[in-house]
Amino acid sequence: MSPVIKNRGEKFTVSGKFLLMILTILCILLMAVSFGTDVLNRPLNTAVGYVIVPFQSGIGKLGGYLSRRSEELVAIRSLLDENAQLKEQIATLTEQNTLLQQDKFELNHLRELYELDQQYDVYPKIGARIIGRDAGNWYATFLLDKGSEDGLDVDMNVIAGGGLVGRITSVGPNWSKVTSIINDNQNVSGKVLSTDDHLIVSGDLRLMADNCISFSQLMDSQGKVVEGDKIVTSNISDKYLPGILIGYISVIETDTNKLTKSGQLVPAVDFEHLKEVLVITEKKTFPDTD
Amino acid sequence: MLKKIMTVLFILICLILQCSVLSALSLGGIVPNLLLILTSAYGLIRGEKDGLLIGFFCGLLLDILFSDFLGFYALLMMYIGFLNGKLNRAYYPEDYKLPIALIVISDLTYGLICYVLLFLLRGKFYFFYYLGHVILPEVVYTVVAAIVLYPLILFAEQKFHSGDKRRTKGFV
Repeated sequence: MSPVIKNRGEKFTVSGKFLLMILTILCILLMAVSFGTDVLNRPLNTAVGYVIVPFQSGIGKLGGYLSRRSEELVAIRSLLDENAQLKEQIATLTEQNTLLQQDKFELNHLRELYELDQQYDVYPKIGARIIGRDAGNWYATFLLDKGSEDGLDVDMNVIAGGGLVGRITSVGPNWSKVTSIINDNQNVSGKVLSTDDHLIVSGDLRLMADNCISFSQLMDSQGKVVEGDKIVTSNISDKYLPGILIGYISVIETDTNKLTKSGQLVPAVDFEHLKEVLVITEKKTFPDTD
Repeated sequence: MLKKIMTVLFILICLILQCSVLSALSLGGIVPNLLLILTSAYGLIRGEKDGLLIGFFCGLLLDILFSDFLGFYALLMMYIGFLNGKLNRAYYPEDYKLPIALIVISDLTYGLICYVLLFLLRGKFYFFYYLGHVILPEVVYTVVAAIVLYPLILFAEQKFHSGDKRRTKGFV
């Protein structure tokens, strides 16, 4: 059977199977090409930028409105319940507040020690708004309303509320894609601020619902790292600038090999309610080694 | 021509809804897979060729916007559209059971393939966790969305069915 069939005399069509074959080959080629290089990104990102992003920015506002309304409904229904809970919360919050004030004091102290304050201020930043989230349920990526025309570029770090959100992995002229650190396939090299021990922070889909990320390979030979310690990006990371806060250790366990430790940490950023982010327009650069 | 414009509009609206409004309204972080409903429904209604083309373009858009490399979702969605199109002969506009069943099966397959290729191959073996927390909730949410979306697709399809002589009398 010829793959090209003539249907109604002059009109000529391609059979479904033949088309499937062509497109399968095309897809495999696309995967091969885009896995190694990013030649295709520029034209496709530009096209998508003009077709979809304008709608998205508008409808993102609608989404925000709707989610606020739905939150209100839920709030009204459970108002009484919440009232009791809130009273309890006030008590715990007061307690937390004092703890946080202590933390703040400690943080200021540490900042002075590590000159973190200065470092943060040195980074040039651009604010951007989140206009879309991953359409699937497996990964956590965001779309921002700024792109290469605003000076953004791939591998720039994204922060929000003082904590690390992720990095830009793809840019179009007026939009960019951020891969967050809670993404299941992301690893960040970090260190414990108080002891300078290095560890690997990796996103995990199973912990995403609890707003946690896991860490592993912590070499804490002296056993000084405790729950609540701050984790910042380390200076050996090749994508992330050093000294950006990632989160606080919430669970720490010794691995079965008795050499390293692993556990969970609570990120400094509330990924679920993220609306605006800051993009650090400075990229990590390396001195030429070769 | 009108039919094509309608299809493109449907795809764009679903994509935009899926990644903005519905993400904001997600239940437990799960978003219904509207593009899969489109692919599956169009495959069933129009046959394998349209199904695979629509699947390909839906997947390609997902790839460009959210994937690390191009072609993965395009390939997956294309085959879903094609296989749904195989059942075009069993399609009747009055029958709602088959399309909904097909959407369930398609979404389940989609979830399982995503798990195997994106997670299992990276050594994430907690299958039942992912099944219970991602795949099945997505299926349930997608079916709910399909109950709303499928009649809309069907309505648009019958309204703009230009080449179909059976519908010219204006009586369904």
